[in-house]
Amino acid sequence: MNDSTAVTDPIPAPQKNWLGKIRALFLRSETLRGYTLLSPTLIIMAFSMCVPFAIMVLMSFWTQVGFEFDSTLTIANYAQAAERPVYEALLLRSLAISATCTVLTVLLAYPMAYYVAFHVHHHKLVWIILMTLPFWTSYLLRVFTWKIILGFNGVINSGLIGLGLIDQPLEFLLYSPSAVVITLTHAWAAFAILPIYVSLEKIDRSLLEAATDLGDGPVARFLRVTLPLSLPGVIAASLIIFIPTVGDYVTPALVGGPDGIMLANMIQAQFGKVNNWPMGAALAVGMMGIVAAISVIYIWLTRKLTERIE
Amino acid sequence: MKGVSYIRRPNRPLHVYALLYLAFLYIPVLFLPLFSFNDSLYISFPLRGFTTKWYASMINNEPMLAALLNSVKVGATTAVLATILGIFGAKAVTRYRLPGRKPVVFVIMLPLVIPGIILGVALLILMSRMGVTLSLYTVTLGHILISVPFAMATMIPRFEGFDKSMEEASADLGENAIWTFWRVTLPIMFPGVLASLLLCFTISFDEFIMAFFLAGTDPTLPIFIYSQLRFPQKLPGVLALGACILVISFLVVFFSQWLRHRGTAGTARVGI
Repeated sequence: MNDSTAVTDPIPAPQKNWLGKIRALFLRSETLRGYTLLSPTLIIMAFSMCVPFAIMVLMSFWTQVGFEFDSTLTIANYAQAAERPVYEALLLRSLAISATCTVLTVLLAYPMAYYVAFHVHHHKLVWIILMTLPFWTSYLLRVFTWKIILGFNGVINSGLIGLGLIDQPLEFLLYSPSAVVITLTHAWAAFAILPIYVSLEKIDRSLLEAATDLGDGPVARFLRVTLPLSLPGVIAASLIIFIPTVGDYVTPALVGGPDGIMLANMIQAQFGKVNNWPMGAALAVGMMGIVAAISVIYIWLTRKLTERIE
Repeated sequence: MKGVSYIRRPNRPLHVYALLYLAFLYIPVLFLPLFSFNDSLYISFPLRGFTTKWYASMINNEPMLAALLNSVKVGATTAVLATILGIFGAKAVTRYRLPGRKPVVFVIMLPLVIPGIILGVALLILMSRMGVTLSLYTVTLGHILISVPFAMATMIPRFEGFDKSMEEASADLGENAIWTFWRVTLPIMFPGVLASLLLCFTISFDEFIMAFFLAGTDPTLPIFIYSQLRFPQKLPGVLALGACILVISFLVVFFSQWLRHRGTAGTARVGI
């Protein structure tokens, strides 16, 4: 037995009382002990996710009557969400904004991660911390910063006017979908680097030397060795950005304006001024389902693709 | 072999790109402190003159101080509870052969990939159905949910990195499990524990999306800031407050990341 965990007592001789038996079983079974140790974390996490989700799904089949809920089960909310063009438009806009932001973030982060993985040899830790530090600072403040920068009298406009380059403030900067994309790209940049960096760092350097020895130039070597081997990191990074950004409502609320409102703002409104919780629950469940479906298809497609390459 | 191999040859354009990228990450954020010292109600160039009055006005701002205190309370509670749960979880998944380890870790890490609005809404519905009044406690519950994955991710490399035989030696020398944990495991784990405490505190302190749904009448600091953004005359005060928060969280996070990575062998094992 290679049971080498921190158990002090030797396995006791068979005892007659049931308590002793349980104790013997407990000490002998590593799985049991492991799960006992894990149980507080697992139970709390599972409970505080599964129960709320179950109730949210249940509520999405109810209807709002004044300030009360009618708990007769009906798919009216989903039918309404599918019929009204506004929901479809908001969903498509959310997906488009998130997808653009994901592509931009990953494209911008890749060279950076590549640089730190292959070209930084001293103080690597400082570089890693520098790259990820902004992620840990207040999200709200980072979004607010862009409001200041892009605003009508903001940093860019007042700066350009001060330099005499423009006479009138550029109005398209703030309150537009592009403002949302810029802000989200900046806010999530730090999160994309780490998964890509980790997958690049793992690459066995001798593979690269082998590719060079066999006659590949730098470009061919990158396309045939480095890029395919770092794909898992790219996939992880894109999902890590895509999923939360679809559900973001702070950024569109602060810099998006009427044209930049996303589905999550609609969900938030259902729980606020519109006060139609069941509809909000249905929209939330629907959004989660669609995002999950897209993620699964994406993972499946990229897996097929990497299999083809290998 | 020491020389610079052809793969490791310095790459000038990439180096320039890296510096530009860091500038892109940091320069926007620097406008907060810059304008917080500007003697004007409007956040625009040209700068009017140096002042510290926005900082001075913070000291007498009762609602802001109350929100700050709320955030500290929620953050500290979240940090302690999430770290304890993280220690249990990380020890269990690294020290024991668990059948079904992967799905279990997946469940615990799930909040990382669920949009905050979904978690917030789901918890809000649960609380209202259970008749629980929204308060700082409900915010804390939500924050624990999103902090535990980070606590686990910080702790798992620590447990993987340290030599099991230390614990065995302690057991062989007659310590029981609790004393072994207290006198051997915990001191070795201490940097990881501290890093996790600091990270979870920062996450909770900055979190807005879930707090927005789960807070009752007592606002946390981000909610207070959000409520101020509607009033243009209050923006300079928000800038000053934001600058303070940025500086403090930069220092705290830099310290905690340094603690976290120092000691775990190799940089390849950087967690999230």
